[in-house]
Amino acid sequence: MKALVCVKRVIDYNVKPRVKADGTGVDLANVKMSMNPFDEIAVEEAIRLKEKGVVTEIIAVSVGPQKAQETLRTALAMGADRAILVLNDDDVEPLAVAKIIKAIADEEQPGLIITGKQAIDDDSNQVGQMVAALLGRPQGTFANEITVEGDSVVVKREIDGGLETVKLALPAIVTTDLRLNEPRYASLPNIMKAKNKPMAQKTPADYGVDTTPRLKTLKVGEPPVRVAGIKVADVDALVAKLKEMGVVS
Amino acid sequence: MNTLIWVEHDNASVKDATLAVVTAAAKLGSVTALVAGSGCDGAATAAAQIEGVSKVLKADDAAYANALAENVAPLVAGLMANYDAFLTPSTTTGKNIAPRVAALLDVMQVSDILSVEGPKTFTRPIYAGNAIATVESSDAKLVITVRGTAFAKANATGGSAPVEAVAGAGDSGTSSFVGSEIAKSERPELTSAKIIVSGGRALKDADTFQQVIIPLADKLGAGVGASRAAVDAGYVPNDYQVGQTGKIVAPEVYIAIGISGAIQHLAGMKDSKTIIAINKDEDAPIFQVADIGLVGDLFTLVPELTGKL
Repeated sequence: MKALVCVKRVIDYNVKPRVKADGTGVDLANVKMSMNPFDEIAVEEAIRLKEKGVVTEIIAVSVGPQKAQETLRTALAMGADRAILVLNDDDVEPLAVAKIIKAIADEEQPGLIITGKQAIDDDSNQVGQMVAALLGRPQGTFANEITVEGDSVVVKREIDGGLETVKLALPAIVTTDLRLNEPRYASLPNIMKAKNKPMAQKTPADYGVDTTPRLKTLKVGEPPVRVAGIKVADVDALVAKLKEMGVVS
Repeated sequence: MNTLIWVEHDNASVKDATLAVVTAAAKLGSVTALVAGSGCDGAATAAAQIEGVSKVLKADDAAYANALAENVAPLVAGLMANYDAFLTPSTTTGKNIAPRVAALLDVMQVSDILSVEGPKTFTRPIYAGNAIATVESSDAKLVITVRGTAFAKANATGGSAPVEAVAGAGDSGTSSFVGSEIAKSERPELTSAKIIVSGGRALKDADTFQQVIIPLADKLGAGVGASRAAVDAGYVPNDYQVGQTGKIVAPEVYIAIGISGAIQHLAGMKDSKTIIAINKDEDAPIFQVADIGLVGDLFTLVPELTGKL
């Protein structure tokens, strides 16, 4: 079966984002961008399933600006077979992304769609669930372990109290959690080879999807700043502080 | 505005996360609570007693036993004909179900709201809590997940709402529940604990974590948390993880031990009332948010602290 992996170009997870002074958003000019960490895990899992002989072809998809092709090249260098870039310069909301993915899934008929549980820029945690809803297919969110068994997939999920296991009929949508796997680095030869792998370029209009935002961002501001604290010299001083606060008697 | 809220429960009682959602929903209008489950009479009775809930809908069916999104989302989407907004807590269950409901209704979800600014205007954190966005929805119906630590909890008693049984389409037939492994703990649950003692990579291994962190937590009656590094290294199970991708907590006191304070970790705890950091690196970023810092070797300082409490 085919696997479709959805990847997003986001601010690098090590960068501390800066809010623009005019309150219109976060300043992304000259900031290092990378593949969303959860999506790397999604790509890795698809490759592992291919190495096990479960998956025959891996298609990487990204919705974003022209530069998102770098993110797709990274996925190709890791081991994806071909890529589809759906070009849109403005931010696309999860609902519209999900509609685009649905349209691609209708064309490509993948057995599995794997995506990260959330993007570290908008922190929405929605796309995978929305794709599943639009396709009318089951979802295995926050996956910690994936096992394909015949015409179904068993997904161990990270939930608040521990872990939960569900069995989903294929085709299914899985979203990755941090501990699903350790993504590989692309080797230099593979980075070179990735340059020759096919990358189709599309637009949301090709799939008949309207990307007009449903949510209007009125303002983006700084979070409340914590006042500078103090340093205490030793444990006795800390204990005294705890007593002062009434934490201990 | 008529709001429908998802009640998180264990069939017998209602989980705390629900109470904050009642507070958020009440800012929008009248609150109807949906209790979906199998044998969930106890939870429906408990939900009816929450102050601010005007009606309880009970969907009791084997198909809803484990809150599988494939079965629950069509039930909610069907009920939404009579409501203007659907709210869930930002728990793993809420995050699993709400976007599926939103897509069925063809609306954009507003994730993890921190405040209600107007009938369709909300604030929410983006970029791991490094920025706060104010967003206004243009959709006819709202689907919202609520950050539990950002809203006061409604009183669990004092209400007397009528309970009405509802039915949905039942089992979608595409997914089934196999089993669960729930970590056993007698300690306060992380997201509702008043004090949290949290350990990081510096704890070395699982045994050391137990020996250093647990006695202090026991002395304080505190919940135990961990950084991603400590979880990935296998010191503690992953449901201990505090941060952008783990649990978001806001206790009265958060004690960070051997945690450097990466932005992903701060995203999960920087709304704590008082932050105390113990770290041997005086330049560690955690000291920039800590109210009280103690620089030194945790292996001598923490046992000393435990001994003096």
